[in-house]
Amino acid sequence: MSMINYASREINCKIVYYGPGLGGKTTNLEHVYAKVAPDARGKLISLATETERTLFFDFLPVDLGTIRGFKTRFHLYTVPGQVYYNASRKLILKGVDGIVFVADSQMDRMEANQESMQNLYDNMQEYGYDLTRMPFVIQFNKRDLPNAAPLDELQAALNPGWEVTEPARQRHTPDPTSPSETLVLQLTTGEWVERAPSVEAVAVTGDGVFDTLRTVSKLVLKSLS
Amino acid sequence: MTVGAGSWSFTEDDHAVITRTLNEFLAESNARCALLVDRAGQLVTTVGEQPRFDATTFATLTAADFSANDQLAKLVGETEFSALVHRGEQESMYLADIVRRVILVVLFDTRTTEGLVRLRAKQTVEELARLFTELFDRSRQAQPAEGGTGLFAGLDDEIDRLFQ
Repeated sequence: MSMINYASREINCKIVYYGPGLGGKTTNLEHVYAKVAPDARGKLISLATETERTLFFDFLPVDLGTIRGFKTRFHLYTVPGQVYYNASRKLILKGVDGIVFVADSQMDRMEANQESMQNLYDNMQEYGYDLTRMPFVIQFNKRDLPNAAPLDELQAALNPGWEVTEPARQRHTPDPTSPSETLVLQLTTGEWVERAPSVEAVAVTGDGVFDTLRTVSKLVLKSLS
Repeated sequence: MTVGAGSWSFTEDDHAVITRTLNEFLAESNARCALLVDRAGQLVTTVGEQPRFDATTFATLTAADFSANDQLAKLVGETEFSALVHRGEQESMYLADIVRRVILVVLFDTRTTEGLVRLRAKQTVEELARLFTELFDRSRQAQPAEGGTGLFAGLDDEIDRLFQ
């Protein structure tokens, strides 16, 4: 839930990185922490187990600039990916303004991706949030690995889209982040669907990490319009 | 279902009332510092001695602490733990819920007692509860059904430029 402080002229927004265990959510935050100037970010906090698996969450506050005199502060969180940590995962979603789903592109992680995506929809629904109408970006991570699944297979499995019923919006719309991809498209069955914007990434080298953050942050700020 | 979590805002006048209420509480309780944190982990304000730690991180951990305890309360059959105390040798913390949207965090040391802090906090929580109820009602009424705040209306180009 974004908080607008007219006294200090700040806007605070919450972005949550979701996805299966070992998919690269924490790595995304570590890269942002390493590359953002120290005066534009706070500490990176990790509540992790002794084996460095996220137990509760990772947290990183970043300032992304000023609009109309308001400083835009984004609080980035990750959730624990392991299936059995759902109670803490759900707590982190409270008050979320934007979601990044970090999918693991490896073929043998497809089931884990789908399970985590379903879990995201379920948890959002329990809070009464409509994921299809809020800032939501899918990052296909680990694109450099030899066993990475083709992008269209990942899109079909994780980002099939939701129905677009308004005639005015039923037109092919390219994804500004990934020009080869389409956000609104017509299926062979004639039905129009809208997909979440997606970004290809290799988080360990930083490829795609800022594209993802930029895409979701922009959507969050536009949702305040 | 709502679009998302929505947004809320407070004005300079709200901030002045909150600050005055917390300053009165600090004077009466002899506590060092009071912070307000929203349930999503965002720091609303800090009054009293400025903390020497990173207040943003502190706010996030406070909200997580409170949320985790909320769930623990449910597991043991309570609807909530409306207040929490963390006791240290020198420094202690008292946390209290305000209309399930905001958390009052009080930092105090051996210059006062937990009993006095609790006693004075009770009245402060009631005053702040009235203020935040009115404030959240106002935020909700001002919000269009499709979300948004109007704050950045017509500024899409400026937002795009911010991320170039």
